[in-house]
Amino acid sequence: MNIVIAGSGKVGTTLALRLSSEGYDITLIDNNHHVLQEVCEQCDAMGVQGNCASMPVLLQSGVQEADLLIAATHDDEVNLLCCTTAHGINPKLHTIARIRNPEYSQQIHELKHVFALSLAVNPEKQAAKEIERLLRFPGFLRRETFAKGRTAIVELRVDEDSKLRGVSLMQLNSIVKCRVLVCAVLRGGNALIPRGHFVLEEGDRIYVTAPTENLSILLKNLDIVTRRVRKVLLCGGGGVSHYLAESLTQSGISVSLIERNYDRCVQLATMLPDVSVVHGDATDQNLLESQGLSDCDALVTMTGLDELNMIISLYGTTKAVPQVITKLGRVENRSISDELALGSVICPRELCCDDIVRYVRAMEKQSGSAISVHSIADSQVEAIEFAVGEDTLHCNETLKTIKLRSDVLLTSITRGSTSQIPNGDSSFHAGDTIVVVTNGRGKLRQLNDIFA
Amino acid sequence: MNYKMMGRFIGLIVMVEAVFMIPAGIIGLCYGEYTAMWSFWAAMATCLVVASILLLVCKGAPSAFYAKEGLVCVGLSWIVLSLLGCLPFWFSREIPSYIDAFFETVSGFTTTGASIVPEVEKLSHAILYWRSFSHWLGGMGVLVFLLAFTGGQGKGFTMHLLRAESPGPNVGKLVPKMRTTATILYVLYIALTVANFLFLVFGKMPVFEAVCTAFGTAGTGGFGVKNDSIGSYSPYLQNVTTVFMILFGVNFSCYYLLLLRQFKSVLKDEELRLYFGIILIAIALIVLDIRDLYGTLEETVRHAAFQVGSIITTTGFATVDFDLWPSFSKTILLCLMVVGACAGSTGGGLKVARLLLIFKNLRRNIRQMLNPKKVQVIRNNDTAVDEKVLTNVNAYLAAYFVIIFVIFLIISLDGFSIGTNFSAVLCTFNNIGPGFEAVGPTCNFAAYSALSKFVLSLGMLAGRLEIFPILVLLSRSTWKR
Repeated sequence: MNIVIAGSGKVGTTLALRLSSEGYDITLIDNNHHVLQEVCEQCDAMGVQGNCASMPVLLQSGVQEADLLIAATHDDEVNLLCCTTAHGINPKLHTIARIRNPEYSQQIHELKHVFALSLAVNPEKQAAKEIERLLRFPGFLRRETFAKGRTAIVELRVDEDSKLRGVSLMQLNSIVKCRVLVCAVLRGGNALIPRGHFVLEEGDRIYVTAPTENLSILLKNLDIVTRRVRKVLLCGGGGVSHYLAESLTQSGISVSLIERNYDRCVQLATMLPDVSVVHGDATDQNLLESQGLSDCDALVTMTGLDELNMIISLYGTTKAVPQVITKLGRVENRSISDELALGSVICPRELCCDDIVRYVRAMEKQSGSAISVHSIADSQVEAIEFAVGEDTLHCNETLKTIKLRSDVLLTSITRGSTSQIPNGDSSFHAGDTIVVVTNGRGKLRQLNDIFA
Repeated sequence: MNYKMMGRFIGLIVMVEAVFMIPAGIIGLCYGEYTAMWSFWAAMATCLVVASILLLVCKGAPSAFYAKEGLVCVGLSWIVLSLLGCLPFWFSREIPSYIDAFFETVSGFTTTGASIVPEVEKLSHAILYWRSFSHWLGGMGVLVFLLAFTGGQGKGFTMHLLRAESPGPNVGKLVPKMRTTATILYVLYIALTVANFLFLVFGKMPVFEAVCTAFGTAGTGGFGVKNDSIGSYSPYLQNVTTVFMILFGVNFSCYYLLLLRQFKSVLKDEELRLYFGIILIAIALIVLDIRDLYGTLEETVRHAAFQVGSIITTTGFATVDFDLWPSFSKTILLCLMVVGACAGSTGGGLKVARLLLIFKNLRRNIRQMLNPKKVQVIRNNDTAVDEKVLTNVNAYLAAYFVIIFVIFLIISLDGFSIGTNFSAVLCTFNNIGPGFEAVGPTCNFAAYSALSKFVLSLGMLAGRLEIFPILVLLSRSTWKR
């Protein structure tokens, strides 16, 4: 499949790396020659220098033959123009545009129609949604949902005083008193897919698959106290903050937002009347205290600088804020940030790329292809959701008799409205949704790839 | 400053005034009141002479017109309008003193309704009509009328005129064209007035009295055609007048929105909600306070509602002598005098919209003291209010009280009680009409000295034009080359 990516910023570059490693033909367009060269050195892609909204440049990059255009430059307007122009050249082209301006996000549905977009992605809005989900379900570091929300994979950390420390996975279900499955463990920066005799240690990050209704039982039996979030302190007034503050105030949570730029403060205060906007430097500990850091239920650090976010989050953790969420722009090396008590880490770019990769895979439209793909465990492990079709191999056979690939784990089968964690006697039928987890080598394109 | 253009403009206004005197002249003829009729024809001739001189002298004026010219023009034309508009009273000798006639006319044009005539029923029909008609004309504004008819010549000058003449902290157009905006306002105004007239006639009020009362209600003026104002009419007529007074105190852009079927934005309008909230609370409190004064609950509520509606919309009609009410009720009425009607209505006073902004600003300042680094934007109807508007509102409030105290000081030379003087200042400056004690609903302003009458007239003009056009006339920097 031919994919043209316009703009090699954070998202464009990440996408080029991920998609080219999956074997797609990538052409990258950017104004900046140096950036282009650098990216093309890291991955197997072709670079075209120029303005991605101009027709000659688009023709040069081969949109007339391409299947997909991803416009991910800094400007929403350029992205829109780029998509419309390209769509004019090649009507069969699928287009994805990144639209970040909050003022456009309300009319995104109309925009998609007018500008012939197949998909509009908004990294900031997605990140805000993700953070909101974390705030709603405090206790998990991260939560991914599958099968229309019936199954979830949650991330937990095994701390010193955790009930899970020193427990082997076979004993796990008796401790949490419900059926769950540990599908991946991140230990010392390496992702493992554990088997039954695996023993959990302090410092492990574990990824647990569970039917959604079991999540609260899981939390309760692990003695993780969850209390409703009532007051949230946001540091930094960027796009993510705007979306987050908006949706949090709508659900009746009191929000304080600290921003350094006065004009931006006025802008935010105008758009978000229910948010208490404070002008000041969020690294100033006095300011944080005066805005009620000690009695807030959650601290979210979302300034433009990762270093600042980490420092503020560390301060929040030492002040025993119940829930801390840190936004990081770069997560190339999570092993450093994992050592620090940063709470949950959110990376808008990763979320956005996941979304686009999911779309690209779904485009292949072969039966048994992935419905959605989620990266977990620092992108080392993928959790993939498949729909079981008529032509899927080994239908109606018990799992004992099927041989799966050694790096693949079948974690959940959803039939109708019920999800279950499979055991040796389980089987899947056409119409089911299954979630498998794989740690990487040899990508899974379709369901039949999981069998050995 | 562009004196020629201003002269031309005032000439046009005077011409319009002469045209508006024609119906009064005809009424004089119909009722056989020849003195009154001749005084109108004479006044018309004077107006025409003044207008032609102005138009001839100022022929070929350049059309450059800016904020300064707009403000000065509005202030001057209202003064000229009053100086010439009082001629019929004076010529007909029905009001023998010129300063009294001037006071009466200013009171008419500014929709105040404060009178120096002791026996209204002795005046001729033509004069009564002219008194009430001046309310109607002054309510929506003469310049707005001129804009509706001539359209705006010149670039952008019309906005300055509308802003200077229309009441409210934040005047805007309804539609892109000034001429259409002015026409819409007048069409709404005429339609509501006609509706009011029909309701009155339906209640068996004589046609001439219905016309005058409708004019007085529409302009939120308050000149009646009877000595006891509305008191001797039937309860139905009193209730109709209550409802229409309150309706004319509503921002006219709300009616326009209703016509556009934007019901939601009208219902959510913060000023409108506050306006009706104040009215309801005031009525409830007064009903509780005066529950023993009248026979039935219906009568109590009717009088309370009428007086509250009359005072908050700055109309100044009365059905009872509210000066005899207990002091709690009187104090509520005094407060309502200051509050006034909605911005963009025909009423006067401080305006509910300003009050809203003042309170929001106050709340913001208190919050700012508790959390000095907090950034807050004041919003009205879900849009941010410009800081400039807030500064203007604060300046307006300051000017408002300074002027009240200056006038208060000057008229206290006449030796009336402090209560009389204070209510006289409030009810002229806020364009209401009757005050308390010696200027109460059953009394009048005739006893004041010529100086006091002149100062009170200026106060009425300042109140109607929202202070600044009159202050600009008195400021030295306006006339400096």
